[in-house]
Amino acid sequence: MMAGNFLEEVIIAGFGGQGVILAGKLLTQTAMKKDLKVSYIPAYGPEVRGGTANCMVVISDESVACPLVVSPTSLIVMNKASLLKFTPALKSGGLMVMNRTLIDVAAGRDDITLLEVPADDIALKLDNPRGANMVALGAYVTARGILTVDDVAACMPDVLAKRYHDTLEANIKTLKAGAAYIREHYDAVVS
Amino acid sequence: MSEKVLMCGNEALGEAAILAGVDGYFGYPITPQNEATAYMARRMPEEGRVFVQSESELAAINMVMGAAATGARAMTSSSSPGISLMQEGISYLAGLELPCVIVNIMRGGPGLGSIAPAQGDYFQATRGGGHGDYRCIVLAPASVQELVDLMQLAFDLADQYRITVMVLGDGILGQMMEPVELRKLPRRDLPEKTWAITGARGRPQNILRSLLMTDNQLELHNKHLQEKYAGICKSETRVEQFDVDDADVICVAYGIAARVVKSAVIVARDEGIRAGWIRPITLWPFPTDAIGMAAEHKGREFLVVEMSCGQMLEDVRLAVNGKAPVRFYGRAGGAVPTVEEVLEQIRKIAPVIVD
Amino acid sequence: MQTVFSRTPTLKDCTTHYCPGCGHGLAHRLVAEVIDELDIRSRTLGIAPVGCAVYAYDYIDVDMIEVPHGRAPAVATGMKRMRPNNIIFTYQGDGDLASIGAAEILHAANRGEKITVIFVNNAVYGMTGGQMAPTTLLDQVTATTPRGRSQQNDGFPLRICELLTVLPGTAYIERCSLHDPKHIRQVKKAIRRAFEHQVEDKPGLTLVELLSPCPTYWRKSPKEAMAWIANEMTKVFPLQCFKEPEKS
Repeated sequence: MMAGNFLEEVIIAGFGGQGVILAGKLLTQTAMKKDLKVSYIPAYGPEVRGGTANCMVVISDESVACPLVVSPTSLIVMNKASLLKFTPALKSGGLMVMNRTLIDVAAGRDDITLLEVPADDIALKLDNPRGANMVALGAYVTARGILTVDDVAACMPDVLAKRYHDTLEANIKTLKAGAAYIREHYDAVVS
Repeated sequence: MSEKVLMCGNEALGEAAILAGVDGYFGYPITPQNEATAYMARRMPEEGRVFVQSESELAAINMVMGAAATGARAMTSSSSPGISLMQEGISYLAGLELPCVIVNIMRGGPGLGSIAPAQGDYFQATRGGGHGDYRCIVLAPASVQELVDLMQLAFDLADQYRITVMVLGDGILGQMMEPVELRKLPRRDLPEKTWAITGARGRPQNILRSLLMTDNQLELHNKHLQEKYAGICKSETRVEQFDVDDADVICVAYGIAARVVKSAVIVARDEGIRAGWIRPITLWPFPTDAIGMAAEHKGREFLVVEMSCGQMLEDVRLAVNGKAPVRFYGRAGGAVPTVEEVLEQIRKIAPVIVD
Repeated sequence: MQTVFSRTPTLKDCTTHYCPGCGHGLAHRLVAEVIDELDIRSRTLGIAPVGCAVYAYDYIDVDMIEVPHGRAPAVATGMKRMRPNNIIFTYQGDGDLASIGAAEILHAANRGEKITVIFVNNAVYGMTGGQMAPTTLLDQVTATTPRGRSQQNDGFPLRICELLTVLPGTAYIERCSLHDPKHIRQVKKAIRRAFEHQVEDKPGLTLVELLSPCPTYWRKSPKEAMAWIANEMTKVFPLQCFKEPEKS
C-alpha cells in the first residue's frame, strides 16, 4: 500500500476485443475491495466499434471528485493506435505499460517509466491467446504497487461473467505471468 | 449497512427503482441508457413486476400514464431524443396530476446529435418541456450513489405531490461505474391515492381529466397547480455547497460537470485561490435563495460551468440578480469541460491570496 | 304500470353534448348496457379519446381517464398490465385510432393486450370541424378535401379491421353499423362478445368497429346519414366478423 494522499488516474486502451474494458473493471473492483475510493468510465458508442476501446479508472484514498481522466498518471496501451493517441497525455513521471508484441514504435518520452511487455507473446505461451490484457494488468499492478496481483486474482470471479468462469484459472496464471515478467526485467521499478 | 458493489449508473438506477417499489417499467431502447432498459427487462419479472418494451417513447410515456392512473408506481427511462417524444405525455401527466418518474440520461443534441454525454436538456426539463403552464421536479445526481438515493426520493416526491419527477443525468453518469451501497431509504408518509382509477366499487366514479372548458375551471386548475409548485419550492429545494464562505469565486455546476468543478476548486485552493462551489441537486425547484445569499458577499464573482452553451446560466443570473458578475464556461455537443479548462477560468477571475 | 324499458344504470341520466342524429349516444348506451348485463361496472376502467367522445366519462358511469390523442391503446396497456383483473376498454374515433394513434393500436394488437377497443368510424373529424379522416371515402367532401378526397393527394380510406385481422395478437374483430335497428342489435351482440372475451380472461385484443353517422359534417339530415352508411360506407367498409376465437 502507498502511504499518504494519492490520486492514481489510469487509462487502459487498445482495440475492441483486447479486453481493456474487462481489465479496467477488474482493476476498479480490486481497488474498491481494498477500501480505496474508485470510479470507472468506459468509452462507449461508436468509439468502441472497430476503433480504439478505452476506459478511465481513478483510484484514490479520498473520494473521487472528477472521474474523467485527461492526463493519466498511468497508461496501459495494448496497440499502436492507442500508444499514438494517449502517450502525449501521460503525466510527466507517469508509468506506461506498453504491449511490445503489437507495438513496434518507441514511446518517444524520456520523462516516464516505460515498461515494455510482450503481452500477447506471454499469453500465447500460456495457451491463453486472449490473455494479453491480464499480462498487462499484472505488470501494471506489480510496478505501481497500490494493489497486488493476489488482490486482483481474488476479485476476478466478481468481474468475469459466470459463463467464463472456466477460464479463471488460466487468467489468474496469465495475470501472474505479467507480474513475474516485471520482477524479472524491471526489478528496479518494483523496489 | 449493506456491502458496496461496483455498478454502472444505468443499472443502479434500475435497482434503486426496484428498492423504491416500482410496479411497472415501460421503455424503448436508446443509447446511452440501454443498460437501464435491459436491466429492468431482467429484474422486473424476477420481482414479479411488469416490464414492457414499448413501440416508441410516445407509447412508453402513455403506458406510464396508464399504470400511474391505477395508482401504481411507474417509470420510464430514455435519453434526449426520446424525452423529446415524451413531452406530449408529460404535459398530460401534469394536467392529470399523475405521479411518475422519468430518467433522462442526456446525450448531445440538437437532433440526432451524438451519444456522448451532454447537459443540453436543462431548459426542456426545468421549464416543463411540453405545452402549458407546468413544472416537473428535476433531480440532478452527481454520483452513482446519489443516483440510487435520489431515485428513491423521486418516487416519494412524485406520490406526495402528484407530479412527474425527472431524474436528469448524462451519458457519463449512466455508463460510469462507482461503488454503491444499495440501501433502501425509509419511505415518506404518503397520502392514499383515492383519485386512482381502480374500479368504482362502493364509491362514485373517479375521473382523470385535463380538458376543462367551462366556468373558468382551467384557470382555477392552473392556480391550484401553481400553489402546489410554490409548496414544492419551499420544502423540496436541495443544494450542496463547498468552501463557499470565504470564496472570491463561486463555481456553479450540476451533475458530472460539478465533479469536474470540484476537482478544479480543490486544485485552485492548493494554488492559494479562494474558490468555492455550489451544486444544485434540485434543478427545479432551483436553489435561488442559496445562490442569492452567496451573491450578497461583496466583490465575489460567479462562474457557471455546464456541458451546454449556457442554460442553467440563466437561473444563476436570475438568482444573483445583478449583485455579482456571472461568467460562463461551457462545452457542448458531447464535449466535457476538463479540470484544467475550468481552472484556467477560475485563475482569470480570482486573485491568488498569499497568506 | 309495468316498466318495459328503462335507462341502464351505467348510462348517466343527463343530456349529451352530441349533435342531433350523432351515433355516439347510441354507442355509449350499448356499451353501458353490456357493462350492466355482465355486471362489471365496479371493475371496468374506460379510456376516453380526443375527439367528439372526449366527454364519454360524463355519460358512462365507470372509472375513466382522458388521454392524449391516439394514445389510448398504450395507456390501456399500462392499466391492464398493472390491474389484469380489471376490464379495460378504449373508446376511440377514426382520427384518434386510425390516424394519429395508428402505431399505438397496431402494437397493442400485436402484443395481444387483453383489452377491448370500441372503434367509432364516422369517416370524418367531428370535434375540429369536419376535416378528412383516414376513413373518409374517396370523393367525400370535407373541410380539408373541398373537391372531394382524392386518392392521388390523400390516399385511400384506411380499413382498420382488415389490417388488424392478420395479426396473431387479435382475438375478435368485427365491423358493425349503427344505421338501423337490426344492425344496432348486431352492434350490441358484438360489443357484448368483445367484453365477454376479456371477462373470461382469454388471450388477445378485441375490437368492434361501428360505422356511425355524423349528419353535421356529412351535411345530411339524420335520416339521409343513415341511408348513406347503408348505401355508401358499407361498400368500402363491409360489415362482417373478420375474426373470432375458436369455440371451445
